[in-house]
Amino acid sequence: MNEAVAERTGAGGGLSRTAVTVAAVVLALFVADRLAGWLPWVGVYPGSWELPVSDWVSGVMEWLLQDAAIGGIGFRSVVRSLATLLSVPLEAGTLVLAKGFELPFGGGMTLPALSWLGVAAALVLFGARVGGRRLATLLFFTVAYLAFFGQWQSAMTTIASILVAVPVGLVLGLLLGLAAYRHPAFERVLRPVLDLMQTVPIFAYLVPVLVLFGFGPVAAVVATVIYAMPPMARVTIVALRGVSEEILEFARMSGCTRRQLTWRVLVPAARQGLMVGVNQVIMLSLNMVIIASMIGAGGLGYDVLRALRRLQIGDGLEAGVAITLIAIATERLGRALTDGTRSRARLPRRHFGLLLAAVVALPTIAGVFWSPLAGVPDALTVSTAEYWGRLVAWVNTELYGPLNGAKSVLLVYVLIPFKRALVALPWTGVVAALAVLSHRLGGWRLAAGVTALALFIAVTGNWEKAMITVYLCGISVAIAALIGIPLGIWSAASDRVHRVTTTVVDTLQTLPSFVYLIPVVMLFQVGDFSAMVAIVLYALAPAVRYTDHGIRGVPAETIEAARMCGCTRGQIRWRVQLPLALPEIMLGLNQTIMMALSMLVITALVGTRDLGQEVYIALTRADIGAGLVAGLCVAFIAMIADRLIGAWVARRRAALGLA
Amino acid sequence: MHADTSEAGDAPVKLACRGLWKVFGEHADRVLERSGGAPDAAILARHGLTAAVRDASLDVHTGEVFVIMGLSGSGKSTLVRCLSRLVEPSLGTLTLEDRDLLAAPERELTEIRRHQMGMVFQHFALLPHRDVLGNVAFPLEIQGIGRDEREGRAREMIELVGLDGYEARRPAALSGGQQQRVGIARSLAVDPELWFLDEPFSALDPLIRREMQDELLRLQRVLHKTVIFITHDFDEAIRLADRVAIMKAGEIVQVDTPERLVLSPADDYVAEFTRHVPAAKVVSVSSVMRHEDTAPAGAAEIGAEERIEAVAPRVLAAGTSLRVRDPGSGRVVGTIGRDEVIAVLAGTGGGHE
Repeated sequence: MNEAVAERTGAGGGLSRTAVTVAAVVLALFVADRLAGWLPWVGVYPGSWELPVSDWVSGVMEWLLQDAAIGGIGFRSVVRSLATLLSVPLEAGTLVLAKGFELPFGGGMTLPALSWLGVAAALVLFGARVGGRRLATLLFFTVAYLAFFGQWQSAMTTIASILVAVPVGLVLGLLLGLAAYRHPAFERVLRPVLDLMQTVPIFAYLVPVLVLFGFGPVAAVVATVIYAMPPMARVTIVALRGVSEEILEFARMSGCTRRQLTWRVLVPAARQGLMVGVNQVIMLSLNMVIIASMIGAGGLGYDVLRALRRLQIGDGLEAGVAITLIAIATERLGRALTDGTRSRARLPRRHFGLLLAAVVALPTIAGVFWSPLAGVPDALTVSTAEYWGRLVAWVNTELYGPLNGAKSVLLVYVLIPFKRALVALPWTGVVAALAVLSHRLGGWRLAAGVTALALFIAVTGNWEKAMITVYLCGISVAIAALIGIPLGIWSAASDRVHRVTTTVVDTLQTLPSFVYLIPVVMLFQVGDFSAMVAIVLYALAPAVRYTDHGIRGVPAETIEAARMCGCTRGQIRWRVQLPLALPEIMLGLNQTIMMALSMLVITALVGTRDLGQEVYIALTRADIGAGLVAGLCVAFIAMIADRLIGAWVARRRAALGLA
Repeated sequence: MHADTSEAGDAPVKLACRGLWKVFGEHADRVLERSGGAPDAAILARHGLTAAVRDASLDVHTGEVFVIMGLSGSGKSTLVRCLSRLVEPSLGTLTLEDRDLLAAPERELTEIRRHQMGMVFQHFALLPHRDVLGNVAFPLEIQGIGRDEREGRAREMIELVGLDGYEARRPAALSGGQQQRVGIARSLAVDPELWFLDEPFSALDPLIRREMQDELLRLQRVLHKTVIFITHDFDEAIRLADRVAIMKAGEIVQVDTPERLVLSPADDYVAEFTRHVPAAKVVSVSSVMRHEDTAPAGAAEIGAEERIEAVAPRVLAAGTSLRVRDPGSGRVVGTIGRDEVIAVLAGTGGGHE
């Protein structure tokens, strides 16, 4: 009896703590709102107070380009030689795979590019060897699609740039990770930089890359590397830490030198973990394909971008599907390679290599004499673009009523009121509310950090745009959570559903973010609503995955105990599983927010008015300062959300004894 | 009676340490320096330091199996790492034969480890990316030995530990016992003089553990290495050891033969371990025999070094006393009869202390 009373007061204590926090937040907003009536600056950040941070950034960039020098060698020439260095393998790859190679001597002699048939056959054979019939089938359909839908040439250009970007990203990430593993001081510097690199939207650093390297494939590769490398560095640190102390001791006891210890023991022993990073780098590089084409990547990405700009839905869709197929096939190929459960191959590795070389070489040589082997003959290619065009036309005429109706209802009754309310909030109130909240969750240090990040947004004059960002992101995340969390609960309850959702979620996550825009624009034209739909689709995956994982992670013993107490299934779900899984679900939500923000910037292409648009405009004007500052603002919104949720999860986990 | 040289007798000293300390904590070295080499508990506590090893002195003789036994946290793992300099001792001296190990520069230490030391680890520490052959050949590979030679040598070692046929397996495809056999083969590949085994069987199931202990005894009969073996299992210690060092809270409490540990424990702590050890397991014939030859002519003979447990059936079945011969000198050194054996088996006999 006493215990029951104590239990209730305990719960009451927790509730009142939450209530106090909520009351304080509301109070902060209310007071600021009243005050704004007398003092306008409380409500709206005065333009005259803005600091010209973007001009300063541009100035620094200017200085870097014009005057900066390291040991007498100008920064500019360093950049230029780096560009040359990268351009050599890049061009070689493009020539071999896509264009053919004109010999410098002997008039008009050309070495042909590799035959499409040869490359295709070799890929299928390779797939069969490492991943059995299933992978071979997937690769067969992929190469068949690329060839017969007329995507071959573009695909090879894209693959050539991926073949340069991925190894560079891997090596760079590995070296940075190694350095951080060795020197904790370096890690303390590296970590926040990586955090920033991963939260600043891609568009924001396209601008400096563009200015430094000029428009073209090299700049695209550089941007891709910057985007895809951070996870590798992170994964490397974790993987190396995971190598057991004993193995390192063994290496020292065997008399390894430092170098032997690193390259023969440490790195190979961490290889399982490192492979996660390899996979990430490949996925992110492919994800970057379309965006990179904005600064001159060419290939499939450019095809999508051009189609999207001209609203040629069919062409965009076909190229988008091609990128998606490449991404999925590469991911599965990578997984098969690292699984270790390689099917016992009959041919020894060296013979298989020779076989592949022959399969590629013979059609290539034959192609010199019989052109259909050199390039995919036009007669064989098909295109569905026309049908898609007709479908869009049909949708626009026949379904306009219901689609537009739904869209309008949501816009008028949800989106627009929410947006107005957020924009109308006094900035001082929001900053104060954030400070209160972060103090309640994580103490003074968190409060100071969060306040500083929020103030940066105000001081640089991006407050209103940031609020629009929060509105679009908030609505999308709420909808994604409303769809994703129940899906996750469902999939945790049934193994069959689990299998389906896992496959769907895995596939969704391999799709480049841009691809989501195509069908959305097709159905809903441009605007906030389309942006929202695309963001929801893109950000849905982690909500499902983490919920599922969190509920499945509740110990079987706890469930058994609940059943032995006589809980019904509903009681188990609501009183045992969900409370215990809540921290994990919140982490999923956090991930959803991060993905929503990164998608948000891309939806600037379909006409939103938030920070994403600001970044995009800066990109088109090559305005480094404005782009970086707006990008930083997006990153800071992400960081505020991340730190707040992280603090809440840590608190909750400690309370549940899960820490 | 603590005298470290007690039984190991005539064999030369291989590895010796004197006054070895390992202290963890901030500015440990400075505090030690100021306290002049003998910090007491109060000083360490005041500076928030922990002494994992306190003032350890040992002589390990060539060819003996020297076991360091202690419960978790007693500092035994730190001590063995100090002896191999995987951990840098804070104070004291360490000599391998006549060489000052603590003064050896990194390069010389690497050479010593490459050629004179081998180590087996509790969790095997196999390289997951290499097959059995690749693991065993690894220490030779990093010395730059050619493929044929190192793989030949590795195959010999694999055969020695009874794993032939498993050369191409990955560690993950082996059982725990098999993995540790690989660990043993690998540590022997360079033919080390000094063989460290850090709780090598602790991660194994009891039955396998016993099998591996027999395997170790078998190998040692063939190889005659100088073995430094760490364990937290007292039964394992007395089963394998020529001599045992018992550690408690960083200090060596007693160094002795298993027999003497059981018969005359240095303090209550040691006695707590020995209490449940049946005397017959450790007591040898020579410590309970009568020192005169009173056995009837034609009586059977047994060795003076044999354990009572092993000879009891013969003595009890024999009806008369048996003659005891020292296998070293070949001389008859005494007589043993039913009474002495029964006294040991009953737990009432305790040698001639």
